[in-house]
Amino acid sequence: MPKPKLGLYWAASCGGCEIAVLDTELKVLEIADFFDIVFWPCAMDFKYDDVRALADGEITLTLFNGAIRSSENYEMAKLLRAKSTVLCAFGSCAADGCIPGLANFTSLEAITRYVYDDSPSTVNPEHVRPQPVWDVPEGTLRLPQLWNTVRTLTQVVDVDYVIPGCPPQPDQIKAVVDAVVDILKNGKPLPPKGTVLGANPRACCEECPRKRDVKKIRAFVRPHELIPDPEICLLEQGLICMGPATRGGCGAKCVKAGVPCRGCYGPPTGVHDQGAKMASAIGGVIDSTDPEEIERIIAGIPDLVGTFYRFSLPGSTLRRRQV
Amino acid sequence: MSFEPNLVGFLCNWCSYTGADLAGTARVKYPPNLKVIRVMCSGRVDPNFILDALARGADGVLVCGCHPGDCHYVEGNYKCQRRLPITRMLVGEMGIDPRRVRLEWVSASEGVRFGEVVSEFTEEIRSLGPLALQEWAFDPAAADAQLAHQGGEHA
Amino acid sequence: MPKVNITVDGRPIEVEEGSYVLQAAEALGIDIPTLCFFKYVKPYAACRICVVEARDKRGRTRMVTACNYPASEGIEILTRTPRVMAARRLNLEMLMSRCASMPVLTALAGKLGIDQPRWGTGTDTCILCGLCVRVCDEIVGAQALGFASRGIDRFVTTPFEVDSDACILCGACAALCPTGHIRMEEAGGRDVVHSEITLGPNAAIAVPFRQAVPNAPRIDPDFCVHFRTGGCKVCAAVCPKECISHDDVERFEDLEVGTVVLATGYQDFDPTPMKQYGYGRLPNVITSMEFERMNNAAGSTGGKILMENGKEPGAIAILHCIGSRDQNAHPYCSRVCCMYALKFAHLVKEKTSAEVYQLYIDLRAFGKGYEEFFHRILEEGVNVIRGKGAEIVRGGKEYPEGTLLVRCEDTLAAKFREIPVDMVVLCTALEANHDAKDVARRFGISVGADGWFIERHPKLGPVSTTTDGVFLAGVCQSPKDIPDAVAQGSGAAAQAMSLMIRGEVEMDGAYAVIDDEVCSGCRLCNDLCPYSAIGFDETKKTSSVNPALCKACGTCAAGCPSGAIRALHFADEQIYAEIEGILS
Repeated sequence: MPKPKLGLYWAASCGGCEIAVLDTELKVLEIADFFDIVFWPCAMDFKYDDVRALADGEITLTLFNGAIRSSENYEMAKLLRAKSTVLCAFGSCAADGCIPGLANFTSLEAITRYVYDDSPSTVNPEHVRPQPVWDVPEGTLRLPQLWNTVRTLTQVVDVDYVIPGCPPQPDQIKAVVDAVVDILKNGKPLPPKGTVLGANPRACCEECPRKRDVKKIRAFVRPHELIPDPEICLLEQGLICMGPATRGGCGAKCVKAGVPCRGCYGPPTGVHDQGAKMASAIGGVIDSTDPEEIERIIAGIPDLVGTFYRFSLPGSTLRRRQV
Repeated sequence: MSFEPNLVGFLCNWCSYTGADLAGTARVKYPPNLKVIRVMCSGRVDPNFILDALARGADGVLVCGCHPGDCHYVEGNYKCQRRLPITRMLVGEMGIDPRRVRLEWVSASEGVRFGEVVSEFTEEIRSLGPLALQEWAFDPAAADAQLAHQGGEHA
Repeated sequence: MPKVNITVDGRPIEVEEGSYVLQAAEALGIDIPTLCFFKYVKPYAACRICVVEARDKRGRTRMVTACNYPASEGIEILTRTPRVMAARRLNLEMLMSRCASMPVLTALAGKLGIDQPRWGTGTDTCILCGLCVRVCDEIVGAQALGFASRGIDRFVTTPFEVDSDACILCGACAALCPTGHIRMEEAGGRDVVHSEITLGPNAAIAVPFRQAVPNAPRIDPDFCVHFRTGGCKVCAAVCPKECISHDDVERFEDLEVGTVVLATGYQDFDPTPMKQYGYGRLPNVITSMEFERMNNAAGSTGGKILMENGKEPGAIAILHCIGSRDQNAHPYCSRVCCMYALKFAHLVKEKTSAEVYQLYIDLRAFGKGYEEFFHRILEEGVNVIRGKGAEIVRGGKEYPEGTLLVRCEDTLAAKFREIPVDMVVLCTALEANHDAKDVARRFGISVGADGWFIERHPKLGPVSTTTDGVFLAGVCQSPKDIPDAVAQGSGAAAQAMSLMIRGEVEMDGAYAVIDDEVCSGCRLCNDLCPYSAIGFDETKKTSSVNPALCKACGTCAAGCPSGAIRALHFADEQIYAEIEGILS
């Protein structure tokens, strides 16, 4: 039996997901042994044309990390979709947009202006900007074109499974690999399409060791303003902890270190919009009935949308800010 | 033709929905722009519903509940009273005029007031104009055209 | 106390050792006359009319006073021997030499066969029995009375013979005085009778008014001696069933009930602010409720229709819609006024020969037999004028003293009228209780703009409310007359009964459920539920909803950040589908 083929690709991402794959330690050797890796630009020398040369559906499994924010990302997403039997959105960028998705709070024009003109370290008196197509004596040069709005992988192509996390935790990756191997080797049935793999069906709180009580919040604080009690729920201490509105699977690493959950595993089962849910949950437990005091307490939430949508803006209901 | 706002209303079953009913039986005249969704309590209104309505093309969302202290469920409206300001702040920071999301208290006896609230809200949204979310839907045709314009495949 | 056997006039009786022989005689039905004995104070043997012969076991005979002679084993009491009768006569004659004309003494003199007291007839009125002093000291506890001087100068008085604040004006001394020597008088700016005259009896212990429910006496602590001095409690000693308690205090009781019928009624509209009617300013301008009370046989005038000067009025005007159907007061119709106003007219015609004027906007005689009653009134000669009473003023010099002029526009005759009458009855509006809102809030129901409780549905649910198990009866829901109130009350009771008889509550299918597989136990929902339906399981570390307590408001479903809570009705998917539907 020929080895099943594995592809890994990064679109708009930081590369952390690739590192996470390597962080599976000896498991990566097992992966390399079990699969025939046909595409992994980060680690091995493949060209796009190598992928184009494959038959449709020839790649058994593609782990696609990174958001879609350029024409190149889009092209590769379409290409890998066509060539893969199973396409998996790997990591928070592909699933929900993640940190690159924060670009949706502004516009491409504003970003470009800052990077090529306004940033303090830029000297660009002629206002040179990258051009998508440029003719030189040697021929025509082409650059991918950035999009104004960052998209999730799910928004541009059909995705089979999602493995969330920024990055997905190595233990979770190992578990997924084991499951995949089990399926391929022993003919186990595939999970239903759209299943979230390598994560907890419950929210992050389930993995949090802190003691939780009923909540009543009178004021919000920022992490630098408080040395949190190590035993008690951070939200009860007034820190905006995204844990309740974030899928578990990470093992509550941040919270165990005394830092409120930032929400990287995205919305839990049954929640579409992580930020709005958090707004609803927090609104419910503000301890006041005086409209002015409520306004004052809410005003104490630092960077409301930036906090609530740090990892999920492109995948949220509104998807981007209106600018 | 003048712009007719497309408005969604979330009305609590006990006060505001009954108030709207009263507006009807009392033949109170008000614009037909508001489309009403009944919920048992204003506390049931999840900010997700409001964002969903805006994303699906509503120009404004009106949430009506019992007056503070009059909630059929004791204090559901207080929850709404706290969620709505956060939602308005969220909506505002997403670049949408927060006036498009409004909370009003309408009791079961305030049919006339319900009419006034709807009229006023409709006029306010009319003056704000349509809410057209930029690049909300992904347009594959445009993305494909961009690829073609660049001369095809990336290396 | 050990028992002893004695005989009274030869009849044996077993009594407690040390008890007084007067009581033993009384128990045997043997009459021994006395003037200074009162069961509830210590015997004093002042009048000495109760003298009897007591013979001990050795046969020795003594003259003793029955009221304070203690019973001992084997004594014989003889109450009617010649020696006893002679002693009684002697004692009475001596009392009469002091105050001869007191009825209590002359009556006794007749019984004892005294024609003319031998030592003359005195004109004093006090026999110095000391009942007043003793009751004031022993029962009332005020100690406001005592004896002064000695011998023939002895008399009863207050300390230092001045009006004393020690006296609490209870009147116990006057009530017990056998001769009427002590009377209650108003002096020094102190009223004998409480200034707040009640319409019913004003004894300290009384049934508050006839038809009171429960029809039982109650103690008014403002009048009761016990609550002023700590003494008395005679009523408790008198009551054979030991029903009277002075220790009862007002207390709040928590009752666990499954259903509630709200029948909190209404309050009367106060016409004082409507200056044009002069209520409280002009004489003989009264409200319908006051007129109704006057007509009550147990009321202040014993059912007679009288003016303030105690005379029968010659003409009465009855003004409808005072505070009702009035944009400046209540816009609604109070519904009951037309018919009770017609009843008033009928009563006036029945009891007096007065002219009656009905001033109305529209006559709303809509009930069974009501229209017929209206025609009967017309036949009785009542003047019915279509036009609201606009103003009441005093009549000028050309009218007899006390005449009131009622001004109105007779809209049928199209002319302005000024009707001279002696009395005006204002048919005031029924208005919602001032605290109806608080009551509504407590029961989770709503009040309308006029303050009446709102029923579940004006046609399909006129008795029930938006809160399960809470029903409405009577005027608290809207103005209505007695038959309508009874009908609604019966309906409310029946609905309440039908819930109770079942003994179990049928739950709505609508409640919230928490998916155990999704709940992370963040506890954000725990405090959202006003019914405490959400509990936290410390071992499973998840929250769960008790469906019996859940009222399906959905607040928790909206507030669950993990999407673990699902409202079974008005579910997220349903609402999203609605949003999609109305916006597509």
